[in-house]
Amino acid sequence: MTIQNNVLKNLLRQIFLLILLGSFASGSFADIKYFDLTNPFLRKIPMAVPVFRAMTASPEERAQVAIFSDRLQEMLDFSGYFKMLDRASFLYDPQTSGISEKDLNFANWTAVGAELLITGGLQLEGNNLVVELRLFDTFKAKLLIGKRYRGDKGEQRAIVRRFCSEVLMALTGNPGFFDSQLAFVSNGSGNKEIFLCDFDGRNIHQLTKKRSITTFPDWSMDGRYLAFTSFVNGPSQIFIHNLKNGQERHVIYKGVQISPVWSPTRFELAASLSITGDQEIYLLTGEGKMIKRLTDSRGIDVDMAWSPDGKKIAFVSNRSGRPQIYIQEIDSGRVQRLTFEGNYNTQPNWSPKGGMIAYSSMEGGEINIFVIDVDGNNPIQLTYNQGDNEAPSWSPDGSLIVFSSTREGKSRIYVMTAFGTDQRRLLTLPGEQSYPRWSPNIPQ
Amino acid sequence: MRKNNWIVLALVLILPAMLFSVSCAKKEVASAPEVTPMAQPMEDTTKADAAAAEKARLEAERLQAEEAQRAMMAARQAFINDDIYFEFDSAALLPMAQETLSQKADYLLNNSGLSVTIEGNCDERGTAAYNLALGERRADAAKAFLVNLGVNASQITTISYGEERPVDMGHNEEAWAKNRRDHFTLN
Repeated sequence: MTIQNNVLKNLLRQIFLLILLGSFASGSFADIKYFDLTNPFLRKIPMAVPVFRAMTASPEERAQVAIFSDRLQEMLDFSGYFKMLDRASFLYDPQTSGISEKDLNFANWTAVGAELLITGGLQLEGNNLVVELRLFDTFKAKLLIGKRYRGDKGEQRAIVRRFCSEVLMALTGNPGFFDSQLAFVSNGSGNKEIFLCDFDGRNIHQLTKKRSITTFPDWSMDGRYLAFTSFVNGPSQIFIHNLKNGQERHVIYKGVQISPVWSPTRFELAASLSITGDQEIYLLTGEGKMIKRLTDSRGIDVDMAWSPDGKKIAFVSNRSGRPQIYIQEIDSGRVQRLTFEGNYNTQPNWSPKGGMIAYSSMEGGEINIFVIDVDGNNPIQLTYNQGDNEAPSWSPDGSLIVFSSTREGKSRIYVMTAFGTDQRRLLTLPGEQSYPRWSPNIPQ
Repeated sequence: MRKNNWIVLALVLILPAMLFSVSCAKKEVASAPEVTPMAQPMEDTTKADAAAAEKARLEAERLQAEEAQRAMMAARQAFINDDIYFEFDSAALLPMAQETLSQKADYLLNNSGLSVTIEGNCDERGTAAYNLALGERRADAAKAFLVNLGVNASQITTISYGEERPVDMGHNEEAWAKNRRDHFTLN
């Protein structure tokens, strides 16, 4: 009991210090440069996440700490920033060695190459979990974050997510994407339907059961609504689905309705409609009522993406002959062409950090993901010689891109860093998966 | 001499009468010919010929109707089965497509009560949203052509399935060419 009180006092002291330090926030952490921001994934920081301590060493606690430490390690690994060290090499036993600063021998950690260390202590009180988690810089022998969480056993994943956000916030200045979700399309039932899951591919569930062709999901800025299109009533129509209460409405306009995208700052949608017989982009309220027409050009105008400040849209138009990407200011209507290389550039998606746009480009019968800066300079190819790679969508912190790929034959959902590294499949369902869309962080 | 004349006369009367009763299906056949003066035999011949001609005429009519129905079914089948095809990333109507559309226009003009849906499609290459738009342009191009030829616009609705409903699941130019199409269905 005394040990725990000391730990607690220590922890509280650390947290208090942390809060003090935190008030000078970015200043102090920026001095300690953890990542080269031009490519933070180029040199992954070696991190050690040993198994946490079971504070009362009960069998149930021992079982829980194994799961908990694994989940935390997995989730941080997902970010791509860290190289997770193999526990087999650790000179450390969580049950006997310390978990707080004064009890740790940092030399043991730098010796195995760890630059960052996370220790944890888990206690089960009936159905309640009490978890202490600490992030250390081993070379500076310094505590960076100390947190204590309470919750019931079922909230384990929420605690892990919360701490991961803290870690990323401390090291990069951005809380990351741990509270975000993915929407995607899968046709395992025989029809294309929309599915949702957590950002890491867990907790998949089917959202629509329209038994038709249902695609193009897009998240509203608060994660409350999903817009999508479906052929269930005949020609492709836009649906607006309230994820909190399950209510749905569809939008009624003449002609084909394509690719609804939510404004990131207002309860508004951009949509491609052919009311006049020619596809143009229109601005609608979040309930589907007409606000105004945005484009005025004969030919196809479709496939929109909003800038993070809600002032511009990137879209695809074939006004110059072939599909290319353009950027238009919503208020002034000023348009500028973005892509000049390649003959078929579509599916733009604007990084939440603002400066880059990801898109897909078809060349020589293959479709690949590119990124380009918003001035149209430096298009960079991120996928090569691996089937068709389409529909890129950025994570809410702009560090990762989710996309679909046919590199294994059937179309599957993949994720990679913004620099094209660490490309890996995220999930596998019957049938084929496509059109992934990353949500903003959604407060639970 | 008079006896021979009478025998001949009897033969001339009886034989056609027998023929008449055998060949004519109608109930109006006279059960027995009357022995009438010389003028009657010619009338009966004419009646028999007329009946035969009538039968032939009806037969011809029936065949003609069957032929017409067959032609109508063929035209309907052609209307439904003959798709028109496009080049990659294009909604332009090729000469062959225009020819097919002319035939379809004829059919619709002859059957102004029918309503048709034109389904626009794309091959799997390219991306979904753009292809949905392109499919619509392909359907609209065909509709405009038909309307120009005099078909009532209200007879025609269009829909696009983009790349979502290929007829050929292959991943080669042969399959793709088959998928870049407008398909016509009667409602």
